[in-house]
Amino acid sequence: MSKTKNNKAWFLVLPVFALVAFSAIIPLMTVVNYSLQDIFDASTRYFVGIEWYQMILNDSRLQDSLLRQFIFSGCVLLIEIPLGILVALMMPKAGKWSVVCLLVLSLPLLVPLNVVGTIWQIFGRADIGLFGWALNSLGIDYNYAANPMDAWFTVLLMDVWHWTSLIALLSFSGLRAIPDAYYQAASIDRASNWAIFRFIQLPKLKSVLLIGVLLRFMDSFMIYTEPFVLTGGGPGNSTTFLSQSLTKMAIGQFDIGPAGAFSIIYFLIILLVSWLFYTAMTHNDNK
Amino acid sequence: MNIKKTLGLSTYIVFLLLPIYWLLVMSFKSNQEILGSLSFWPETFTFANYMTIFTDASWYMGYVNSIYYVSLNMVITLLVALPAAYAFSRFRFMGDKHLFFWLLTNRMSPPAVFLLPFFQLYSSVGLFDTHIGVALAHCLFNVPLAVWILEGFMSGVPKEIDETAYIDGYTFPRFFVKIFIPLIRSGIGVTAFFCFMFSWVELLLARTLTSVDAKPIAAVMTRTVSASGIDWGVLAAAGVLTILPGVLVIWFVRNHVAKGFALGRV
Amino acid sequence: MNWLDWMAWTTPSAMFFIGIGCILLAMTCWEVLSPSLERKGFLPISTTRGDRLFISLLSAAFIHLGVIGFTGISIWIAFSVAIVWLFIVMKWG
Repeated sequence: MSKTKNNKAWFLVLPVFALVAFSAIIPLMTVVNYSLQDIFDASTRYFVGIEWYQMILNDSRLQDSLLRQFIFSGCVLLIEIPLGILVALMMPKAGKWSVVCLLVLSLPLLVPLNVVGTIWQIFGRADIGLFGWALNSLGIDYNYAANPMDAWFTVLLMDVWHWTSLIALLSFSGLRAIPDAYYQAASIDRASNWAIFRFIQLPKLKSVLLIGVLLRFMDSFMIYTEPFVLTGGGPGNSTTFLSQSLTKMAIGQFDIGPAGAFSIIYFLIILLVSWLFYTAMTHNDNK
Repeated sequence: MNIKKTLGLSTYIVFLLLPIYWLLVMSFKSNQEILGSLSFWPETFTFANYMTIFTDASWYMGYVNSIYYVSLNMVITLLVALPAAYAFSRFRFMGDKHLFFWLLTNRMSPPAVFLLPFFQLYSSVGLFDTHIGVALAHCLFNVPLAVWILEGFMSGVPKEIDETAYIDGYTFPRFFVKIFIPLIRSGIGVTAFFCFMFSWVELLLARTLTSVDAKPIAAVMTRTVSASGIDWGVLAAAGVLTILPGVLVIWFVRNHVAKGFALGRV
Repeated sequence: MNWLDWMAWTTPSAMFFIGIGCILLAMTCWEVLSPSLERKGFLPISTTRGDRLFISLLSAAFIHLGVIGFTGISIWIAFSVAIVWLFIVMKWG
């Protein structure tokens, strides 16, 4: 649709701008201020310049948790996006069952993050949880509280359980937007299922997948509550992701300065990756 | 629909529902039974866990607080996002693309980063421990998403409708409320659903910005962990009760949401 | 000014934000006076003036981080590199 050029449209955007700016810009500025100083209390603070940034960038523990974070987000996207699309393809297109499916799929999305942690904390335990019990009776030594790999796997499974539905719902919505004529044309051409998916469905899914990929990337990159509830970041540091390290630093040790520097670096990384996703996925539209 | 699809979908749904079922069963068991043996159905059916919650004001007020600020957040978000989304879908204006991306970046700031400044900012303007304060803080990540989703729905409405209305002598506010909003009703339903969802599940900001008066249920739940161990039964019951409001909301808006998703304009 | 205390302002960070503010203001004025057109430079995507500003600012941030974190050289060198880079991107990007 061609849009009219009209700078008066700013007046319609102004409330959003004011509301978000209030909660976004002032705290961001404050974090930048913090990151340059050594703060003891409200009145005792010293300017230290870039010292915290140097410290954070060379901290091997934080580098580890950054790496873990990237692997985790990568896994989340690699599992959830295809699985979500698959589920959306399997859903009935219309009628009562379609509504039932939508309702059931949205159920996990409405569970508060800490309750998700609680559910899996219980579900995964060998003594009181079905999942842990089942794995152990199958002869798999599974204990998320002691074994790093198990803890990691549990957090990943938990995330898949919680958020795949989001991708599925978005993809379902995208699939429904394809007019029947496309499918009829495809069946006349005797197109294979794969061809239909590749050349009709996937292109139509692109805009909803953009939302899905971005949301999942951002949220998985900031995952905090679930591993915190499950094991508190352990065993060892196996499920200590970036948010966890940051919160430990800011609230646990009250090192506001380094935490501020860390936050800025963290934010810049998310900004860069999201911008790359965003540009890569929106830019082809213009051609 | 063929067998393979049904089978695949059923497997997935079982995977989704099993943990929730387990939580539900546990909430009806006594602690001895939970820790004693593994069973698919409570041997002695008890409502004691739920009674603990419903007879203690500090417990059930948590639910009231959460529902209150989530509803406030939904209202505020929709009120500001509707005109903005209209602007983005109908007009080109200076800096529109950059503004849009900037809005999105606010979803990216890890809440952990901004906890302390948020706390101080909201204290200094007297919003600390108020429902409206939490609602405003949640707008930070809900408004961008709402604008994005609504923009998609609005672009699906032909522009000729706007023009016809103006020719018929409608003013902009009247046209917007009387004609435009009813046209994208299901879109608003979907947006409200997403706002509810993200605000309801968020814990970190809500917990930091409240102490007593507006304390959300998610924060109250940490009470079940005490020196004597975790009170599994009450924890499970509280967990089940956090899912219920969501189920109710989605039950009431199910037709809108289904229609909205089916429109494929997200 | 008391309620600004908690923001813990320092001169350098204040100057930084004033600088960013001025750049945004200048870009707005420039845009009003002569609206920019999308064009394709050495960057792999076609960009408007604002996009190029964003790209150069974001890369400037990472240049600074790289210099601070992994080399011992002065931050002013990073700063001048970033300025040069800004001009290159704005002109030919």
